[in-house]
Amino acid sequence: MSFLIRSTLIYAVPLMIVALAGVFAERSGIINLALEGIMIFGAFMGVMFVRLVQEWGWFAEAFTAKNLWALQGFALLAMLFAALCGALFSLLLAFAAINLRADQTIGGTALNLIAPAVVLFFIRIIANQSTLNISGSSADWFMLKKSVLWGRTYKTNFFESTFIDKVFPATYVCILVFVVMAILLYKTRFGLRLRSCGENPKASDSLGINVLKMRYAGVTISGALAGMGGFVYAMTTANCTANGDVAGFGFLALAVMIFGNWKPLNIAGAALIFGLFKCIAASYTSLDINGDGIFWLKEIGVSANFYRLLPYVITLVVLAFTSKSSRAPKAEGIPYDKSSR
Amino acid sequence: MSTAPKAKGLNLLHKDGTRTVLASLISILIGMLVGAVVIIIVGLVTPEIGIKGAFEGVRLVIAGMFATGRDAAGNLTFGFSPVYMGNMFFRAVPIIMTGLSVALAYKTGLFNIGTPGQYLMGITASLFISLSIPSTAMPTWLIWLLAFLGAIVAGALWGAIPGLLKALLNINEVIACIMTNWIAANLVTWMFEFSNLKNIEEGTKTAYIYKTTHNGVATSKLGLDQIFTNSQINGGIVIAILIAVLMYILITKTTFGYQLKACGSNRFAARYAGIKDKRNIVLSMAIAGALAAIGGALYALSGNTEFYWNTYQTLPGEGFTGIPVALLAANNPIGVIFTGMFMSMLDICGQRLTSLTAYNEYITDVIIAVIVYLSAFSLMIKLLIGKRFQRNDPLVRAAEDLQNLTKKPAEDAGKGGNDE
Repeated sequence: MSFLIRSTLIYAVPLMIVALAGVFAERSGIINLALEGIMIFGAFMGVMFVRLVQEWGWFAEAFTAKNLWALQGFALLAMLFAALCGALFSLLLAFAAINLRADQTIGGTALNLIAPAVVLFFIRIIANQSTLNISGSSADWFMLKKSVLWGRTYKTNFFESTFIDKVFPATYVCILVFVVMAILLYKTRFGLRLRSCGENPKASDSLGINVLKMRYAGVTISGALAGMGGFVYAMTTANCTANGDVAGFGFLALAVMIFGNWKPLNIAGAALIFGLFKCIAASYTSLDINGDGIFWLKEIGVSANFYRLLPYVITLVVLAFTSKSSRAPKAEGIPYDKSSR
Repeated sequence: MSTAPKAKGLNLLHKDGTRTVLASLISILIGMLVGAVVIIIVGLVTPEIGIKGAFEGVRLVIAGMFATGRDAAGNLTFGFSPVYMGNMFFRAVPIIMTGLSVALAYKTGLFNIGTPGQYLMGITASLFISLSIPSTAMPTWLIWLLAFLGAIVAGALWGAIPGLLKALLNINEVIACIMTNWIAANLVTWMFEFSNLKNIEEGTKTAYIYKTTHNGVATSKLGLDQIFTNSQINGGIVIAILIAVLMYILITKTTFGYQLKACGSNRFAARYAGIKDKRNIVLSMAIAGALAAIGGALYALSGNTEFYWNTYQTLPGEGFTGIPVALLAANNPIGVIFTGMFMSMLDICGQRLTSLTAYNEYITDVIIAVIVYLSAFSLMIKLLIGKRFQRNDPLVRAAEDLQNLTKKPAEDAGKGGNDE
């Protein structure tokens, strides 16, 4: 059970934070189809950052001394760096969509093509292979471990084995960021203004809100969150390697966003459901839910492919049933033209 | 303007088509330039490559098609190679088809990003049919035809799903297409996992399906391999070009094509005019799906390709390449033939780059991505071109001068106040 909860969280948290990234862009009126590309870029830059810092030997002492605080600070720095790079990368979309009034779908698609191409080009030149590794594994560097915390012989209780042992604190940082950003979007003046630009930009403009600035803010925050999500995905599920691919997580996040009807609580719930399916698909053969030694999911004998495609099918079905009441931001996808007011 | 015979050459520049071609050419040029700049910068900061290596890289990106290798002194040699030329045509086939798919849907105002899934469905249907019917039961050309038709049906059905969702429930086709892509990737993996088509004879290869030649089925070469010796070329390119011409006729010369375009420019106006908009949206997506699936079928049935079936985590790149191919051709089916070949040429250039220098093929993907990015605001580029040439047109200039003359006093008066 603790394994199930732990790995569901690992899959759900990047989805959650990237889906919120999508919300920030769409609420400001820009469709961000580039989430996948930004994730790929953020993952690459984050891994690159860790790799470089390791080469400089900055945290080598902390690593040998198993200094948890320093190592977690290192992870946090890398996450911030990935967020910064994601924000910068998303400016490409912002510039095309806001200043040049380009087709946002095509612009996003272009970013989705640029990211893997650039990333793979540099990975091949830097590492001479198609994956970029850090020295050692992310589990050694950034994961909390029972042996370090309490010693090898310590017997963990349910809470400790679920939420502390073998957990990346980055997961909790992301949840915190999710809560803070959701409050920013829904409970502050800035958030209200940003959302108004996605609903009725003309009215916002007439009230003295700078629509273009707000949209830039929306896309940049979106890029930062997606970049961070990309790196956290690479750190927690891919052992801190970058290979120009996040296995469609960016698109899945889009699905989570729509599934969650552009609302944070619903998104968190949708992400948990999707994370659960991802987790089952990845490890259903060794999943022992109540700890009695019976792998009943394996015994049902349903293929892993079934669990893998289920989230996508569910999304389509839910969309089909809720399309009438689905509340996408009204002005999303429409370039704002001041002269049309 | 048409009254002045002298201005005929200039009229060409006023034509929308000419501007579109120019805008595409400018996009390509900038894309290549970005690629070249990246290559040079990487060359300069990497001591092993240096300025000489960087220069070689740039030359290969532009003319890699004609790079034959290196001579004894280590310099690049260039010349015509039937192998690379033939392979260019061979690789152009799937992306011309997916390009046509995107282009046709775009005419109806739909962004078909579902080509990867439809393409996979085409591959799957054609492989299942061509490998399951024993070649002793019927002639191989008939099996080929059945597999080809099966792919068309599979692709049309798969493409119709987002079409139906859009027409009946008004679900955004981009989202529906992305979902169907990943469903297709998982479904295809699932289907092949339980099939007996997995290549188990060659033990070193895991997760590959038999070539269709295993059952004696392959696209006819039509004698093209005599011209492009040792290359992979086959009749697929002829089929692709024929279909492109057919699509051009369908869109520009038939009532159905007119209805599709009418739905694309304004769905509600079209409905008001008595056009069945819902039916046309579904049909447009179904045809688009069939086109992408034909690309998959021609790829799989060529006989010299092997399909990697454990594909649930990746979508085929040929599907996504259809988007730049169509955008660059401004969604003109005839243009798609040329842009498809251009993209496959870039692909070959990338391969030559990888094998001859320290660079790798992903630089051509960067170029393609930059081109797509630029084509997102190609309308802007077109407007700029229009302005540029309007200024050079003597008639327009004369008219502007006249206007300025008459306006001048008033403007000057206004200027004094604004100029502080």
